[in-house]
Amino acid sequence: MLDIKKIRAEFPILNRKVNGMDLVYFDNGATTQKLQSVIDSEANYYIDENSNIHRGVHFLSRLATNKYEETRRAVQDFIGAKHKHEIIFTKGTTDCINLVANGYRTMLDKGDEIIISELEHHSNIVPWQMCCEISGATLKVIPLLDNGILDMNEFENLLSKNTKLVSVSHTSNTLGTINDIETIIAKAHNFSAKVMIDGAQAASHIALNMQKLNADFYCFSAHKMFGPTGVGVLYGKEEVLNILPPYQGGGEMIKEVSFEKTTYAGLPHKFEAGTPNIAGVIAFKQAIDFITDLGVSEIAKYENELLQYATAEVLKIEGVKIYGTAAHKSSIISFNIEGLHPYDIGVIVDKMGIAVRTGHHCTQPIMDRFNIPGTVRISLAVYNTKQEVDVCIKAIKKAKLMLS
Amino acid sequence: MSTIEEIQTEIIDDFAMFDDWIQKYEYLIDLGKDLPQIEEQYKTEDNLIKGCQSRVWLYAEHTKGKIIYTADSDAIMTKGIVAILINVLSGQSPAEIANAKLDFINEIGLTEQLSPTRANGLVSMIKQMKIYALAYSK
Repeated sequence: MLDIKKIRAEFPILNRKVNGMDLVYFDNGATTQKLQSVIDSEANYYIDENSNIHRGVHFLSRLATNKYEETRRAVQDFIGAKHKHEIIFTKGTTDCINLVANGYRTMLDKGDEIIISELEHHSNIVPWQMCCEISGATLKVIPLLDNGILDMNEFENLLSKNTKLVSVSHTSNTLGTINDIETIIAKAHNFSAKVMIDGAQAASHIALNMQKLNADFYCFSAHKMFGPTGVGVLYGKEEVLNILPPYQGGGEMIKEVSFEKTTYAGLPHKFEAGTPNIAGVIAFKQAIDFITDLGVSEIAKYENELLQYATAEVLKIEGVKIYGTAAHKSSIISFNIEGLHPYDIGVIVDKMGIAVRTGHHCTQPIMDRFNIPGTVRISLAVYNTKQEVDVCIKAIKKAKLMLS
Repeated sequence: MSTIEEIQTEIIDDFAMFDDWIQKYEYLIDLGKDLPQIEEQYKTEDNLIKGCQSRVWLYAEHTKGKIIYTADSDAIMTKGIVAILINVLSGQSPAEIANAKLDFINEIGLTEQLSPTRANGLVSMIKQMKIYALAYSK
């Protein structure tokens, strides 16, 4: 049983007021709040450890390098990767997908196909459109069923010997659907296609084991798991990363440079050109330790309990419709109230200290699919409580009253 | 017809009477309901203002040296904001609209609603109203 009071005490921002009211932060799908330990670690790096990594022979450079690499080791353990060098640090999930999509531009030809899905975040759509535009490959889309799950029959129809890559999210940031990625990976591999999983909404909510999952690429962002912004993780199987061309050129990613021919460094450095977010990567370890100490399955259990409670309470509001009613769901509730615009609800509950997201959530194709301008989205994290849900529901009812 | 300056002063005075955000928001909602409605035929893609979370259609007509604006939005709070802008600018000459300084935005204490963020598209709305004015002032 998690001690939520104790957990909340580790997030200083949760004590603040917004518009004179206690903050109720239900926008965790956009970014989570930060642990005191993460904030301290990031500050301490600049106070006591700052130096560039992988370069200097001096004490501070070795210290910073060691701490940076400790996080890589922690990530490896956290996601059950076979090798430490299969962990690439990036700016975030969007950066990870761009890194892979950029590599595929030169690996694909006309006639090749990439499959994504209708519920993807724009970050898992646009890089592949750009990749197809340049390579001549074709983009195929797995359609969405009414309850917000992917049409797996149609997915099988889309797969062929032309399929070179399938890129889908683990969890939908808008609908909360947890996709059946195990099946997607297995079926795609039957056609020798590689699979990339966008795990931005999953990494602190679902226990991960890369060796069991068998995805070729998996990516996520530190900032959605209580860590700093500007740090992302791209996991790739060693053999797949070795084939993928480098994304950016520069320092750190080279073996030898001459004007005749430059050779690239091995993994993971081949994909880490330039000075990275050293402070952020080092601080990220505190977030991983926090999640590991609580246990991802314990977090998931608590979040699911909260999700069930919040869903039942939202459904009590007259005229409400929830988008995304999959049986297997993460702690995200997207909804609208009949006759009301999500924006109006969002700005009114904000006045009562409640942070929810409104709009299309960077998933315009989902909005088109359901023919709506947007939704109100509640996305819960482990530090949220049933009392907060009650406060939020009361505020939504007040907004409804004002707007009707 | 009052000048743009005078109308802005009236709006500032109106908002000064409210004690809390609830009264201000309710007033904004009421203004939204009274918004001079755009005719259905003008609710086209061309008249849609981009950059708002809610959709806003804006149309301008030039008659007797004045510009008359009509608009609509699918969000009521947004309609309230557009209604205020229309109250200030509609019925004025193109030159006056093009040169108008909209000081009331900072004065009426609706910063969340009227701050130039991407979400409410206030900047895009004002820009579009001034573009119409410039087009007619040639």
